[in-house]
Amino acid sequence: MELFRKTNIPFMRLKWQAIILSTAINLLGIGSFLFLGLNLGLDFTGGTLIELGYQEQVELNSVRAALEAEGFGGATVQNFGSARDVLIRLQPKGDTDPAALSDRVYQTLSQAAGGQVELRRVEFVGPQVGKDLTEQAGLAILYSLIGILIYVAVRFEYRYAVGAVIATIHDVIVTVAVFSLFQIEFDLTVLAAVLAVIGYSLNDTIVIYDRIRENFRKVRKGTPEEIVNLSVNETLSRTVITSGTTFITVLALYLFGGAVINGFALALLVGIAVGTYSSIYVASAAALMLGISRADMMPVKKEGEVLDGLP
Amino acid sequence: MNRYPLWKNLLLLAVVLVGLLLALPNVFSQDPSIEVTAARGGEVNEASAGEIKAALEGAQVPFKAIEPAQGGKLLVRFKASGDQLRGQEVIEGSLSERYNGAMTLSPDLPGWLRALGVRPMFLGLDLRGGIHVLIDVDMDAAVAQTRERYTNDIRTLLRKEKVRYLSVGTDAGRIVIKFPDSDSRDKGRELIGDEMRTLVLSAEGEGEGATLLAVMAPAEVQQTQTFALEQNITTLRNRVNALGVAEPIIQRQGDRRIVVQLPGAQDPARIKEILGATATLEYRLVDTEHSVQDAVDGRVPPGSKLYKERNGAPVLLSRRVIVTGNQITDAAAGFDSRNGQPMVTVALDEQGGRRMREVTTENVSKPMAVVFIENRTVTSRGPNGEVVKRQELSEEVISIANILEPFGRRFQTTGLDSPEEAHNLALLLRAGALAAPIQIIEERTIGPSLGQDNIDQGFRAVLIGFAAVAVFMIFYYGVFGVIADLTLMVNVLLLLAILGLLQATLTLPGIAGILLTVGMAVDANVLIFERIREELRNGSSPQASIQAGFEKALSTILDANITTLIAGVVLFSFGTGPVKGFAVTLSIGILTSVFTAMLISRAMVNLIYGGRRLSKLSI
Repeated sequence: MELFRKTNIPFMRLKWQAIILSTAINLLGIGSFLFLGLNLGLDFTGGTLIELGYQEQVELNSVRAALEAEGFGGATVQNFGSARDVLIRLQPKGDTDPAALSDRVYQTLSQAAGGQVELRRVEFVGPQVGKDLTEQAGLAILYSLIGILIYVAVRFEYRYAVGAVIATIHDVIVTVAVFSLFQIEFDLTVLAAVLAVIGYSLNDTIVIYDRIRENFRKVRKGTPEEIVNLSVNETLSRTVITSGTTFITVLALYLFGGAVINGFALALLVGIAVGTYSSIYVASAAALMLGISRADMMPVKKEGEVLDGLP
Repeated sequence: MNRYPLWKNLLLLAVVLVGLLLALPNVFSQDPSIEVTAARGGEVNEASAGEIKAALEGAQVPFKAIEPAQGGKLLVRFKASGDQLRGQEVIEGSLSERYNGAMTLSPDLPGWLRALGVRPMFLGLDLRGGIHVLIDVDMDAAVAQTRERYTNDIRTLLRKEKVRYLSVGTDAGRIVIKFPDSDSRDKGRELIGDEMRTLVLSAEGEGEGATLLAVMAPAEVQQTQTFALEQNITTLRNRVNALGVAEPIIQRQGDRRIVVQLPGAQDPARIKEILGATATLEYRLVDTEHSVQDAVDGRVPPGSKLYKERNGAPVLLSRRVIVTGNQITDAAAGFDSRNGQPMVTVALDEQGGRRMREVTTENVSKPMAVVFIENRTVTSRGPNGEVVKRQELSEEVISIANILEPFGRRFQTTGLDSPEEAHNLALLLRAGALAAPIQIIEERTIGPSLGQDNIDQGFRAVLIGFAAVAVFMIFYYGVFGVIADLTLMVNVLLLLAILGLLQATLTLPGIAGILLTVGMAVDANVLIFERIREELRNGSSPQASIQAGFEKALSTILDANITTLIAGVVLFSFGTGPVKGFAVTLSIGILTSVFTAMLISRAMVNLIYGGRRLSKLSI
């Protein structure tokens, strides 16, 4: 079976529309980030999270009342996964020893429910740890971008590298924007997913770039725009199939992987979709507009041949 | 054309078989078990197995098997973790004199596989349950302690050498020594400079305001901090070992933090209490020459200090300590044979033992007191009704008894509130004191049922995702799709094998990483197959198309995967715990997927199509 047999879609004819669309979405994303902010998870804000498993379905209000009575005001209480699982979030305040907060909450609720409560999960993150993590998270994204920029610049040419990095930043912004717009919790695993999106989005971009380079050398006629169009068309089948299969696997993760991994899977789903679009309309279009040409590929040709000759 | 030499096929087959062998242990379920070791120098043997069996049967705790394990241990296997918990209670309760039990998970491997020494992947805390704590060591306090020691030493030195001084104190990280005149200051400076070379000295003021300032050299400050951190790690390790947790991880993280991971541990409140506790004992003589009432009224004699007993009664003790907790080398909890009270049996080191003997010989028939020192958290209600907790040093006299005869190195102390207190105190005395105060700044506890849920859901997601991709590939690429699916299986197999071999930690995001790898490993195959289709469309013969397809796809596959690898490596170096698990599986998965797509998939294509005339390919 073949879905795309010798397509010849003039992708680059729509490059301006694509750029306007991308810019608009990105501005929306940045705006949302600035005005709504991110619903940062415990990993970054610090605080205490307790997940309890009750034997039977439990009234959240009774849990709240039990907490209120013991002086744990301001706790967020919600169901998690099922009606028997309850998630409680608390912010440390005052002089209380934050590390022992979870023990006291568990004790209180366990007594209130006659000992029929199972402690499923405790996460406590001190404020200093959260601050460190936020800083490291930013650095991690920065380092991967720099690493990729250098690699692509060496393997191809700087215009391609800039295009790839613009596309990657585009994907990161869109993915983060979804979390900001819908105020979905952004925790450490989501951050890991964003970093994986960087890798994935690039994977797609590189495959198209590889073909552009090859076609510049092979096809002697045609404007750069025609070459880019040809390359995108030639790789279209692969792009769609790979994105499709990866999307399916991550969808399985999203649907069946459990509540803990939901945010992570969602970030990947968004990232894969956006990454596929951006490798065509952002990375290739940006490289094209930065003025890639046949001549640029000449100095790199020697190195390319050496690598092509590997077993 | 398109044939691999025999040796290459055999080599690849060998790789797959070794991978299969290494990945095999993961198929077997893991039993909740207890590792039993002998307490204090004893050993476990056939008789111990019988004894444990009898105890478990007596308490009606069902178990699967008791078998010898590596390193002179016994392994008791259970069917359910509830049984394991009750089993642990039995061992801790009736057999704690002779055995220590540590809860663990152990794979139920057949004998021949165990003999080969292959192990399943190491499951992270989010999958097997357990407690993770990040501990911050108060470095300033460690340095302040050393500075305090210096001020004492300086005082002693000046007094010994008869140099006149007004005061020795600390201020803003410096030691400030005030002298009555410049002469004494200069003499003092020379003395201190000779004796304490690590201090950096500077003079200030003249005549009546003559002052000497001393600061610790940066190198020594650093050394003090390193020592405090290392000492704390040792103490924490001792305490954790005494808690009965198998395979604990205690690691330094950065300059001032310690990670403690306790797989399978289930009581975070008790564990945090033990990790952060500072309980110790001191032995002092009771001051019988002065009136306690006078001291309560504020006239405490200079050589004595006022303490309180547990019932609140005041008691006057000598300021001089006979022995401190630091000199205790061993301690065990038990019950006093005469009145059944909880007690701790204590053994002293050489120096402490000698001193104890001397003092008790000189003071037979006089009373001696045991002081229980604890850094405890006190809870109270603040002005607005909020709960306020603070650290408070409590010193309580737990027992006073007349010395009937000189003490040896080993003796008993009673007066404790409960068997638990005796048990915890013995544990803390054995483990040694913390060199600097610690604070828990991060905790992640996963209950055993959540861990199992995570495993179940994770693997269900992997199976469903894998199946969906496999069906699609066959549908879309025919015979080549089948080849891609087999390649994918070998890829997951090798990934699991390498994870087991490196004993890398598998976490829930790690499982997600495996799944993502499946998605991306398909990519390499898709790249190759699309290339072959293109070549076919361009009119090449099937054999030439296969050849060209694999060759031309190589550089693309390498480029695309190296960039992802860069992101994976950054993620690994930055991430902690679960995220690191994701980075590990993703990075290893990239390597195995390139390997399998280029070699395994090619070998299969060659076996099916190689070396014969073809008119068409099923692609």
